[in-house]
Amino acid sequence: MKPFAELLDRLVLTPSRNGKIRLLVDYFGATPDPDRGYALAAITRDLDIPGVKPGILRALITERMDEVLFGYSYDYVGDLAETVSLVWPEPEEPVRANRDPSLSEVVETFLETTRSDGPAVLTDLLDRLDSSGRYAAIKLFTGGMRIGVSARLAKQALAQFGDKDVTEIEEMWHGLELPYEDLFAWLEGRADKPEHGALALFRPVMLATALEEPDYDKIVPETYAAEWKWDGIRVQLVAEGERRRVYSRTGDDIGHSFPDLLEAMDFEGSIDGELLVGHPESHDDQQAVGTFSDLQQRLNRKTVSAKLMKSHPVFVRAYDLLSEGEEDLRALPFTERRRKLEAFIARLDPSRFDISDQIAFADWGELNDLRENPPHPIIEGVMIKRHESAYVPGRPKGEWFKWKRDPFTVDAVLMYAQRGHGKRSSFYSDYTFGVWTLDEEDRQILVPVGKAYFGFTDAELKQIDKYVRDNTVDRFGPVRSVKATPESGLVLEIAFEGLQSSSRHKSGVAMRFPRVSRLRWDKPSAEADTLDNLKRLLDENRGKASRVRPA
Amino acid sequence: MRASDLLHTRPEGLYCPPGDFFIDPVQPVERALITHGHADHARPGHTKVLSSDQTLDIMAIRYGEDFCVERQIAPLGETLDLNGVQITFRPAGHVLGSCQIVVEKDGTRIVASGDYKRRQDPTCLPFEVVPCDVFITEATFALPVFRHPDTTEEIARLIESVRRFPERAHVVGAYALGKAQRVIKMLRDGGHDAPIYIHGAMQKLCDYYVSQGIDLGELRPATIDRKQKDQFAGAIIVGPPSAFADRWARRFPDPVACFASGWMRIRQRARQRGVELPLILSDHSDWDELCETIHETGCSEVWVTHGREEALVRWCELQGIKARPLHLVGYEDENE
Ligand SMILES: [Zn+2]
Ligand SMILES: [Zn+2]
Repeated sequence: MKPFAELLDRLVLTPSRNGKIRLLVDYFGATPDPDRGYALAAITRDLDIPGVKPGILRALITERMDEVLFGYSYDYVGDLAETVSLVWPEPEEPVRANRDPSLSEVVETFLETTRSDGPAVLTDLLDRLDSSGRYAAIKLFTGGMRIGVSARLAKQALAQFGDKDVTEIEEMWHGLELPYEDLFAWLEGRADKPEHGALALFRPVMLATALEEPDYDKIVPETYAAEWKWDGIRVQLVAEGERRRVYSRTGDDIGHSFPDLLEAMDFEGSIDGELLVGHPESHDDQQAVGTFSDLQQRLNRKTVSAKLMKSHPVFVRAYDLLSEGEEDLRALPFTERRRKLEAFIARLDPSRFDISDQIAFADWGELNDLRENPPHPIIEGVMIKRHESAYVPGRPKGEWFKWKRDPFTVDAVLMYAQRGHGKRSSFYSDYTFGVWTLDEEDRQILVPVGKAYFGFTDAELKQIDKYVRDNTVDRFGPVRSVKATPESGLVLEIAFEGLQSSSRHKSGVAMRFPRVSRLRWDKPSAEADTLDNLKRLLDENRGKASRVRPA
Repeated sequence: MRASDLLHTRPEGLYCPPGDFFIDPVQPVERALITHGHADHARPGHTKVLSSDQTLDIMAIRYGEDFCVERQIAPLGETLDLNGVQITFRPAGHVLGSCQIVVEKDGTRIVASGDYKRRQDPTCLPFEVVPCDVFITEATFALPVFRHPDTTEEIARLIESVRRFPERAHVVGAYALGKAQRVIKMLRDGGHDAPIYIHGAMQKLCDYYVSQGIDLGELRPATIDRKQKDQFAGAIIVGPPSAFADRWARRFPDPVACFASGWMRIRQRARQRGVELPLILSDHSDWDELCETIHETGCSEVWVTHGREEALVRWCELQGIKARPLHLVGYEDENE
């Protein structure tokens, strides 16, 4: 258990992606089977352990120590798993065997445990581990493995460990079985690639590159097709035999959130498309496709109520057809697949499936106009696909392009700055910014509307850092409050993809993907935008079909 | 005599009326007895200062030779008489020169322990248990969540990380008096004999430790030599925690931010500070050591000073030991 516990401790504190990958690669190299396979499953959340509820954990600890002292401790630490791991009294008679229980022993015990035996099994284990081990065990047993590592990152570490392409791993992922011994044997060059007879596997996704100016001339209707890019989430629907799967872009199985969609997947094949909320058959734009925040109501849910499925039905707007029946279509040209897709979708329930319309255009100037004025607010831009393109995982050059709508921008005032992590830990690099509003006494005050920590160059970072240090009015921990009055303040042009109303934020609005697009040293602080401007944008974004305020 | 007549709090700090002196006062006073050299306990501007010779030296290094009008050395273990009050200085195991102050009159004995720890520390004398009626204890880490792990293992983790990331600099935040020298000394004992780079603010105190017979190996100033590329690759650099929020830390290539402190026990604290390699290494007692020490002194009453007083007072109540917080102000625990 020790190496796994140490891995978790280090992953939690390693901010950089490459640093995390390196820790994982080292761990896979140093840890024998089957431990490393169980660790992998724990990190990718593919371990299905009957959980222990927080309330039970709390009861276990307060049987063992004074409740008041536990209360002080929990207040101070803030995280239940961590508090319990630290305060758990080591037994007087050490039951600790002369060796550390291995991760596989722990996981296998957990897997065999019934829900009612859970507390006793956990107690026994906690008595045998040190505090890091206890933390790891509680995280395993309560299912809260939030350690800043996505399943995708873990797969990238595997790819690096075995010097393979990550798409190969994604493709086989759902056909693999715990504890992945055949996978590691292949990665270590000791065996052939694992063969799988499993059905409804994920097919690694083809992605588009962002369209840049030098590409403009290539975009002629003779070689490329265009279609709208919808602002939902990209999914892959696979139905083979009895198996039906909804995969995210990175191959996570997310079907449990969408039983309504699974039920409608009455086909044999795999569809690539955009998951959206709405009634696609409706003639009312707003009814037809809901906003991204509507869609968010449906994401990341373990269970979903009938009421929510009725108020927020999901459907898939299809982009591509990867297989039909037994036949793999991915090597065919896009036009060919598209023709098959049209026929395929026509046979399905129109309230759950439709097709992403293609856009006719004479030249890229016309396409640009369409992109700037899309017919629906939930359109993010256009996708441009070469007629001849085969469906290839990754981002092959020159095949598919995405041409997004220009972002919205707003001029906001820097309010707080926080120190960054890793390389940036000596810089104030995370910024909270605000816009003007009036308080009860009609005075101009700033209300925070978002946070941004990228978008600027290293040179600009240095300038902002200096500004923060020179204009600090208060500090608490790693955060500095920066002078921000109508007379004096730094104006940041913030670009963002969209706006949602939010009850969690004091301002009532939340931005999607905000980033700093320009430093407006030239702009007087008092002339930054107002909350009213933002709210107007929100209303227009929600309602009408046209663009509101291009950058 | 009642204990509260022998020592009680005043705005300036803990005061002994019959002896007419203060212990670790936070404001300038006529006569101060100082437990150890940390800035919140040892302040300049008193008229007379009585302390261990090493604490007096450290105060002179930090504040200049004129930090007080009159210095008086308290030889360890020798009992002195101040206006009919018996005073004895005993080692506290906290940092070089740190002492507990035993105050005794008419059969009542109070031990003001200052800051203390029970772990082995190669840079100072170990804590001595002094039986007493009233034990005054700090409470910096007085919560059951604070259980410091084995210190040599923490140092071994640092050495292991240097081995694993030979191209990166390991920048260790450690309090300038005590913690820094202890980390360096333990690295030496752990087999790390490469030069260690130190922040300028630590030079004088490190020199002083060396003059007191504590071998710290080769120390170099952490200044940039532009001609020498990769100068700090694989190196360990020690600097005060405050320097990390500062531009100082930027000079090192792709640094691994380490921090040697008891606070590092809590993951969230480490994360907030951007620490990648937390070293749980404290010069204060952890929860178990605080509780054990109270038992070992055999005291019938505990007075709790700076830190998380409420938890330790609660624990004493559960043990049937009388306890109360002293509510002294002006002591910090964030610098640990
Ligand atoms: Zn101290
Ligand atoms: Zn102290």
